[in-house]
Amino acid sequence: MKELRLMKGNEAIAEAAIRAGVDGYFGYPITPQSEVLEYLMAEQPEKRTGMVVLQAESEVAAINMVYGGAGAGKKVMTSSSSPGISLKQEGITYIAGAELPCLIVNVVRGGPGLGTIQPAQSDYFQSVKGGGHGDYRLIVLAPASVQEMYDFVGLAFELAFKYRNPALILSDGAIGQMMEKVEISDQIPRWTNEEIKKMSPWATTGKTPDRPHNIITSLDLDPHKQEDFNHKLQAKYREIEKNEVRFEEIQTEDAEYLFVAYGTSSRICQKSIQMARAKGIKVGLLRPITLFPFPSARLLELSKQVKGILTVEMSAGQMIEDVKLAVRCSIPVEHYGRMGGIIPSPAEVLTALEQNFL
Amino acid sequence: MTEELIIAGFGGQGVLSMGKILCYSGIVQGQEVTWMPSYGPEMRGGTANVTVILSDERISSPIVGEFDTAIILNQQSMDKFEKMVKKGGTLIYDSNGITRHPERKDINVYLVDAAEEAAKMDSTKTFNMIVLGGYLKIKPIVKMENVVAGIKKSLPERYHHLVPMNEKAIIRGTEIVKQLQKV
Repeated sequence: MKELRLMKGNEAIAEAAIRAGVDGYFGYPITPQSEVLEYLMAEQPEKRTGMVVLQAESEVAAINMVYGGAGAGKKVMTSSSSPGISLKQEGITYIAGAELPCLIVNVVRGGPGLGTIQPAQSDYFQSVKGGGHGDYRLIVLAPASVQEMYDFVGLAFELAFKYRNPALILSDGAIGQMMEKVEISDQIPRWTNEEIKKMSPWATTGKTPDRPHNIITSLDLDPHKQEDFNHKLQAKYREIEKNEVRFEEIQTEDAEYLFVAYGTSSRICQKSIQMARAKGIKVGLLRPITLFPFPSARLLELSKQVKGILTVEMSAGQMIEDVKLAVRCSIPVEHYGRMGGIIPSPAEVLTALEQNFL
Repeated sequence: MTEELIIAGFGGQGVLSMGKILCYSGIVQGQEVTWMPSYGPEMRGGTANVTVILSDERISSPIVGEFDTAIILNQQSMDKFEKMVKKGGTLIYDSNGITRHPERKDINVYLVDAAEEAAKMDSTKTFNMIVLGGYLKIKPIVKMENVVAGIKKSLPERYHHLVPMNEKAIIRGTEIVKQLQKV
């Protein structure tokens, strides 16, 4: 049997990074995700795998170190919480524009501004609609347990390298701070330079006489070339939408109503479902695991079965826009959420369902 | 079996580590566990609490509005969490520093005077283990052998010589816990 550990979500991210054979982590502390950097510093992965862990002078420096490492074909990552992720946006759009793989982890706290250190889900728009400037998308994974925090590190790198696109794990302070049982995977060795050259022929691994220069840039002053490049990016995003949609359904088979929620909110909804079903209300849950690409097609199918949808988010209602688009506003879609770092209780969510639809 | 529990008291009383030991014991026993702390701009002497859920099934919400059991170790926590115990649920408290004792008539109430006992045993650091013993006497959701294994898993090896002392404190807790009210 695999080793089981009791870990915080943040610690799981850190251990998973070492085990996934990550080459470099560059970060800057911020509550509620500081345990990622703390764990890595204490664990000294340079002794385990040779992985570099560096506390940068700022979030901006950290994301640009990621940009550099990714350009060299290395597996590199950073993590932060909302205000720090905002600081990283310039770097993230450059990385997306240079088509480089990397992992960014956002352990979301309440905003706007410095906000609060308590959990929230109010960075949805920033995560799935771009965040920085320009027409780009991140691959966005939303873990709902500490095990998924662990598992999605490896998955994020797999997808990031498959599509040469930055991936984002969108978590929140609750999952970052809570402890659950984690099944630890085997150590994956870091790639050798030879492996990187073979696998990522675009990387700046040192020019050899048999190939032209590899140039990492997001700049092309020729608008026609830039438009062609944008078409290429869009085609890639459509490909991701075709291949990589992931979601989980709970008790949807006979559902007359549907919760749509991700991350912490989806856990709360599972309890609300138990409470609702005890009262005879047939409600189910669709939990998007990928937020980009969004499970729109499945939602459209479900809209033909259910009478109404309640999105539950720890925000003023952001994902609800994608849900409405997905079901083409064919059935009522309502939102329930708390803001500023307050987590809704399962009873509150049930009351919201009853008030909106029953 | 699902047990939804809150442990609440002052920072430094060992509230969070008590929850951690319970979770480790649950893992050894093959259960699903979640440990959700209140985190925030806390300070030494401020309040600390943790929601612990142990279950034979997949755990839904790590945040719950009412609890099967509340372990209450200071007055602030009594004010906040007495009302959040499920009807017919269980409240366990240490009367040290308590100015208003539990008032609800629809819950089971137990007293575990762990602070006093820890002082008598001349090991104030095992306070939380005495409380844990009291809890496990009333709710034997994990076996004692798994609790000892849980303590070992949650402590770095250099502290393993302290395990017998903690085990003794847990046993003392099982002996001193008293029922005050049964529903």
